[in-house]
Amino acid sequence: MPAKRTLFEKIWEAHLVAQPSGRSPIVYIDLHLVHEVTSPQAFDGLRAAGRKVRQPVRTVATVDHNIPTEPRGTPITDLIAAKQISALQANCKEFGVLLFDMDSPEQGIVHVIGPELGLTRPGMTIVCGDSHTSTHGAFGALAFGIGTSEVEHVLATQCLAQQTPKTMKIDVRGRLAEGVTAKDLALGIIGQIGTDGATGHVIEYAGEAVRALSMEGRMTLCNMSIEAGARAGMVAPDEITFAYVKGKRFAPRDGAWEKAIECWRSLPTDEGASFDKVVEIDAAQLCPFVTWGTNPGMVAPVTGRVPDVGSLKESDRRSTELALQYMGLEPGKRIEDIGIDRVFIGSCTNSRLEDLRAAARVAKGHHVSSKVRAMVVPGSQTVKRAAEQEGLHRVFLDAGFEWRESGCSMCLGMNPDILQPGERCASTSNRNFEGRQGRGGRTHLVSPMMAAAAAIAGHFTDIRNWKFQ
Amino acid sequence: MKPFRTHRGRVAPLDRVNVDTDQIIPKQFLKRIERTGFGQFLFYDWRFDASGKKKNEGFVLDEPRYQGASILVAGRNFGCGSSREHAVWALADFGFRAVISSSFADIFANNSTKNGFLTVCLKEGEAAELMRRSGELEDYRLSIDLEQCEVRDDQGFRAKFPVDEFVRHCLLNGLDDIGLTLQHEAEIAAYEALHPPPAALQSAR
Repeated sequence: MPAKRTLFEKIWEAHLVAQPSGRSPIVYIDLHLVHEVTSPQAFDGLRAAGRKVRQPVRTVATVDHNIPTEPRGTPITDLIAAKQISALQANCKEFGVLLFDMDSPEQGIVHVIGPELGLTRPGMTIVCGDSHTSTHGAFGALAFGIGTSEVEHVLATQCLAQQTPKTMKIDVRGRLAEGVTAKDLALGIIGQIGTDGATGHVIEYAGEAVRALSMEGRMTLCNMSIEAGARAGMVAPDEITFAYVKGKRFAPRDGAWEKAIECWRSLPTDEGASFDKVVEIDAAQLCPFVTWGTNPGMVAPVTGRVPDVGSLKESDRRSTELALQYMGLEPGKRIEDIGIDRVFIGSCTNSRLEDLRAAARVAKGHHVSSKVRAMVVPGSQTVKRAAEQEGLHRVFLDAGFEWRESGCSMCLGMNPDILQPGERCASTSNRNFEGRQGRGGRTHLVSPMMAAAAAIAGHFTDIRNWKFQ
Repeated sequence: MKPFRTHRGRVAPLDRVNVDTDQIIPKQFLKRIERTGFGQFLFYDWRFDASGKKKNEGFVLDEPRYQGASILVAGRNFGCGSSREHAVWALADFGFRAVISSSFADIFANNSTKNGFLTVCLKEGEAAELMRRSGELEDYRLSIDLEQCEVRDDQGFRAKFPVDEFVRHCLLNGLDDIGLTLQHEAEIAAYEALHPPPAALQSAR
């Protein structure tokens, strides 16, 4: 009888090209996504060695990190950013790589457009020079972030030499309550296991609450895997996955579709397969979360308080003190008493249509607090168009939110969308590191609904008590 | 790649946990399209004020006693966050050859191996002891021996560290791993013959 295998093991084994003795296994990469920030040095490396892109057909590029979110005709005033963008354009042309450029109707954040173009499919190996590549694991793919040297490696060989990661199952029992989203699930998990709780592991998210998530929710959850230190995060493909992929631009069609589905159905982890580590999460214990510190594990329920440093164990005290000092928060402060200056709804974590719908439902009939500047940045041009067809942009604009063009924007502040020193932001992005959204800026991570509610209230507020209009 | 066999150098302590790559090299410096010149921006927001002047309170790497340090000792989960290889380039360009910690983020550790830069993972107590010694002793120096997988000082400290055998082989010999993978050209071609890319992608260009 064949050994019981996990979803990860099935994909890993199907992609082994060679297993040289005494060396890391060589794994084939089905899809390589490329963006402007981590690729220029890799293309230079190819040129210096006289190498080509081995599989241009498996390589897809877009511009997202640097680009302004002002109307597309506005010239890029940051000359170094403009140079990086033109370097990608030139590299794609020279090496024959398909580029979804600034003016493309399908441009967007690399982890938003991969799935919506049907480039991301179950059972694939996917890499990108970006840590949030874990997002694509939502489809039951093995997807992970790599550095620029490995970008060059994949461009040149379509393979990577990788040590075999360990496996971890996160079993989420029960259902999420109303107002508790995939983002809250992700924050709750990181709060429990820590920002290095999954280092060296590929996570498979399982359990009733995960099965009940939409593809957008699964993408949010897998996106944040890296914030727990994981190599990748995955969810087994099912009917929800197939329904999402079907009909997408690069999805298989007709006979190829039937064949693909049949193969995808064999991917889920076999009953009785074992993991190196298993973590259980009780969905009933989860609530809307807000981060209070400078990493995503520093998290509290919206009804809770900033920790009291005195009550912490010695080893956590210093990092908590440093975090609270940076965040300008006094120990023991109620989360709902924290006032905000800015709101950012966007990023590869939470910028998809479902996220914007959820935020718009909160914003409808209300107005952004006079103290707050709030922006909504759709993840892609496709998301933007779909939202506008539903009139979501009207809801946001009427409520006093800015409605912008697609890109990574204020998630990492490489473009002009940044916080000023001391400004406090409710953000749907993935990292609350010092200075992440702008030097001296203070980031609190929340779900799209919680962000919209904070924009209107001017401070954090429990979405479960919101008066929807 | 520059080989790493043994290295002896001055040690600087960075007594913080979860040092993320956004701190190692802030995003405003990621727009350069070269691999060089990042050292001047290392830990920029911790070292310099908004106008670009060195901060008065002083960052550990700017203290005179740590000038020329080539080994950094830091708290656990060093290099977490973004995959930016610029973090390794900045540390190496600044003059570091190795970081010692009780744990590293996966992508950072992986990136290091491609740049002849060593991540030395010690037990929590050992790393804490080196943190203490480098803070208390003047001109504290360590030897890192990748052949023996051992860290030593002149005061009798000795600790073994784990390293993947293949990674060690590449570092010791400064091997280019693209070249190593291409030794398997026949196997890659055979795999590709069995797994052609989807038709939709082929017709898109």
